[in-house]
Amino acid sequence: MIPSVAPAPADADQTASTTSAAAPRRRAGKAAPTKASRYRLFASPGAVAGLLWLAALVVASLTAPLWLPFKTEDQDFTAVLSGPTAAHLLGTDELGRDILSRIFAAAAGTLGTSLITVIVGVGLGTLLAMAAAGAERTEAVISRITEVMMSLPGTVIILAVIGAVGTNIPLIMAILGILMSAGIYRVVLGQAKSLQSQLYVDAAKVDGLSPVGISVRHVLPGLANTIVVQAALIFAVGMLIQAGLAFIGFGPPLPQPSWGGMIQGASQHVYDAPWMMVPTGAVLALTVLSANAIGNALGKAPNAAAPHLPSAAARRHRAQAVAAIAAAPAPKDADAQEAPGNGTLSVRNLSVGVDNGVGLVTGVSFDVAPGTVLGLVGESGCGKTMTALSLLGLLPSGVSVSGGQILWNGRNLAAATDKDMEGIRGRDIALISQEPMRALDPMFTVGYQLTAAIRRLRGMGKAEARSEARNLLEKVGIVDAQRILKTYPHQISGGMAQRVAIALALSGQPRLLVADEPTTALDVTVQAEILSLLRALVKDTGMSVVMVTHDLGVVADICDQVAVMYAGQVVENGKTAAILDNPRHPYTLALLAADPHANDADNMPERLATIQGQVPQPKDWPTGCRFAARCQFAGSACKDPVPLLASGTGEGLVRCVKADQLAVEGMDWLATDVPAARLLPISSQHTTAAHQHTTVIEKDLA
Amino acid sequence: MSTSVTERPDSALPHEGTPMLEVKDLVVRYGRGRKAAAAPAAVDRVSFSIAPGETVGLVGESGSGKSTIGKAILGLQKVSGGSISYQGTDITSAGAAQRRALGGELRAVFQDPNSSLNPRNTVGTSLAEPLRLRGVSAGEARAKAEDMLERVGLPREAVDRYPSQFSGGQRQRISVARALICDPQLVVCDEAVSALDLSTQAQVLNLLADLRDERGLSYLFIAHDIAVVQFLAQRVVVLYRGQVMESGPAAAVTENPQHPFTQALVAASPVPRPAEQAARREARESLGVRTGAAAVPGPGGCPFRLRCPLATELCATERPALRRVGTADVACHYA
Repeated sequence: MIPSVAPAPADADQTASTTSAAAPRRRAGKAAPTKASRYRLFASPGAVAGLLWLAALVVASLTAPLWLPFKTEDQDFTAVLSGPTAAHLLGTDELGRDILSRIFAAAAGTLGTSLITVIVGVGLGTLLAMAAAGAERTEAVISRITEVMMSLPGTVIILAVIGAVGTNIPLIMAILGILMSAGIYRVVLGQAKSLQSQLYVDAAKVDGLSPVGISVRHVLPGLANTIVVQAALIFAVGMLIQAGLAFIGFGPPLPQPSWGGMIQGASQHVYDAPWMMVPTGAVLALTVLSANAIGNALGKAPNAAAPHLPSAAARRHRAQAVAAIAAAPAPKDADAQEAPGNGTLSVRNLSVGVDNGVGLVTGVSFDVAPGTVLGLVGESGCGKTMTALSLLGLLPSGVSVSGGQILWNGRNLAAATDKDMEGIRGRDIALISQEPMRALDPMFTVGYQLTAAIRRLRGMGKAEARSEARNLLEKVGIVDAQRILKTYPHQISGGMAQRVAIALALSGQPRLLVADEPTTALDVTVQAEILSLLRALVKDTGMSVVMVTHDLGVVADICDQVAVMYAGQVVENGKTAAILDNPRHPYTLALLAADPHANDADNMPERLATIQGQVPQPKDWPTGCRFAARCQFAGSACKDPVPLLASGTGEGLVRCVKADQLAVEGMDWLATDVPAARLLPISSQHTTAAHQHTTVIEKDLA
Repeated sequence: MSTSVTERPDSALPHEGTPMLEVKDLVVRYGRGRKAAAAPAAVDRVSFSIAPGETVGLVGESGSGKSTIGKAILGLQKVSGGSISYQGTDITSAGAAQRRALGGELRAVFQDPNSSLNPRNTVGTSLAEPLRLRGVSAGEARAKAEDMLERVGLPREAVDRYPSQFSGGQRQRISVARALICDPQLVVCDEAVSALDLSTQAQVLNLLADLRDERGLSYLFIAHDIAVVQFLAQRVVVLYRGQVMESGPAAAVTENPQHPFTQALVAASPVPRPAEQAARREARESLGVRTGAAAVPGPGGCPFRLRCPLATELCATERPALRRVGTADVACHYA
């Protein structure tokens, strides 16, 4: 089947490639981090109200002398203990003093002295944390000191200070700040240490930036958010403690108003003038609430907007999608009958999309026969992991199957409910992931986790499950299974953990194993062992494997069939040997040309082939060939949608209008963008260095 | 422990004149106190040198100490023994001031493009930082940052954007730009391309090769992937558990490895040609190298002996010295 494509004129090719070269790299700018936190603050109605209240309070108390109807010590004996009246809007106290005037006159003092606690506490705590994060020994010393501080009874110290120096409120609040700094230090230290371990801090150290410079330039800005949150919370605590002190009689000297003192005064008249408690209490409560609301809004994690658990809307959406697929008529049944029975996976036109309609995987089809391994290969962002996860019904929240079928033993898994999938996952289809440690719970021994899975999935008794667990571990090549059963996951190496994870996946005797980059995090020697193990398991048990990988060497090693994915589509599909030895799609050609493993040391090219630009974002996928913008061979015919057509090598399929032309002409993906500098005589310098090198070696040998 | 290692032939340092970098009998131990002193060192008497304009690849598995060596050279890791000299000057325990003087010439590109740039700073600020530390004016630093961005294939306007606005490959180009902005002599690349996709990895590798040829740079290229090292390096040093197993010309070490560990490492690296890979797999299985899963050797002797098909009692008692086999230096009694 040769696609009838008018050969694109050479100049059209030219323009296509130049436009792709100039393809704008601009992308919509994300908001800078500081802006993001500001938006977060204004997104919370509580925080906005809190901010307004605090601002109003500060303005009102600072301008109090200008507008307050009474002086704080003005006594109106005609209206003692009165409720709200026209003259006294918030009523009066037992001496006939205006409560409104006293609240606002006291506000500046209360807020200001609480601010002292904040500045001393947060400032000291942050400084200590930054100093400690930079050096281990300093951390040990400071941590011991703060532990001592935290074990001191704060109230006793404050009362002792009051006993010694009297009710000097600013001093007391400063001492309170010092006492609280130990707690702040603890909170900030963890974050400061994680910032200190960032590579950009290492880079700054290599630059020769001093420890203080690193703290100020790279650590402090990262702590800003935590510091602000802590400050808001400490501010609230400071106000409460200050009011509490005034309540028990350690407030400012008497004629001077204070919120705690006013509440204390009101509590004397709680039976004869209950109103008196209300205004002051309400103002104190509102102010503390405001500070807390602001702290909460600032402290929300930046990704709090996208929760990990599916929202009700997401669940509804999935239910609808499932219903729609289930309702999809006849072809499904026809296919289901067509599809041979046991142990065959057949994916038909699978589409996976974000719930807002952006597609991540479109029209993917492949078959996996029992006892064979299919490789899904491509770069990140090509949808291979999404495809694999959809087989298990494990798509992340907000992403769901939006069309097509996943036929497994004649059942359409795309239309299965969560409940159905629970019966299939682990028993029929199992998963091993890139991070073996993720599959293992650090709190339980390997043996406990394995036996629990075996008992649940196979309904075995305890003793039987235990011996089966040992068998499984031996099956995955662990020699001292008895010892490993008793270890905890953190006590074993990465390679061993991946073996245990495979044993765990095998515990339900699955017919299909979905392996998502199972060897990417492992050393090559361990990778080779794990691949050998998987190959042996496939041979012995007859299960099939869907292997997601970006490594063409892994594909060559273990896969019978391979589907090359690009931008959510399968671009080439067929037998591994046919595709890797005789690639037809330009993307496959390019990947092979870019892979340094494809070359031997003696014929290693001067430059590796590259692919310009990057995999387009799902929302930017064109209607035509999705690879055209990066393709060396793209022409005008590539603007139309391209179907998967027979590639002419075996049963392979390829999605390229020029595949046959490329095959006939034997064209290779070329190493492009050779810079002018390469053409300068620098290469001769290169050779002289090598020459010198060989002469030295010869001399050494002599 | 045997002392024979220190008596290795001078041929292990095959360069005349002052090397760009010379690492001699480097020892790094993690932790403090008696327990740490008894534990095997993370880096155990490693020596190698880098000539001006040369790229040396440091290969090994995780835990082989290759990144630790890079950190020690950059002054990010305390050294327990041995010496590191840069152009003849001892920098084993250089302080911040000496580092700053050196910082323009000895630079680094790190693995993770996500954390090697401060997300709160614009690209321009990150690029200008090393220049500003050297007293370059803000305007000049910015102009230089723009030039450098252009050189690594990014638009000049990128100076005003944040790292989060770039892809992994682009961010790694920015890291390369940052490393090269003050015209260094030696760049330590610690797994600089291992977090990247194939096509992006090829772009960054090409860029590193071009810049080297343009500017006569030396690289210490640290990687776990021997094929990647083979592309860039003229010489390769193979590490296992903190010790040098084999070192020599890249082609010799990768095409005709002498040490059993190097043989295992090369054989385990899969090639994307199914027929050849099947043959390689059989060859690997016939090597008889045992799994490393439970092999924690005691102190002394060869660290690879528990996995090695050639190991004898001698390997448990005596640490093999590096000796010349063909064009490479090999630390094996039986290679």
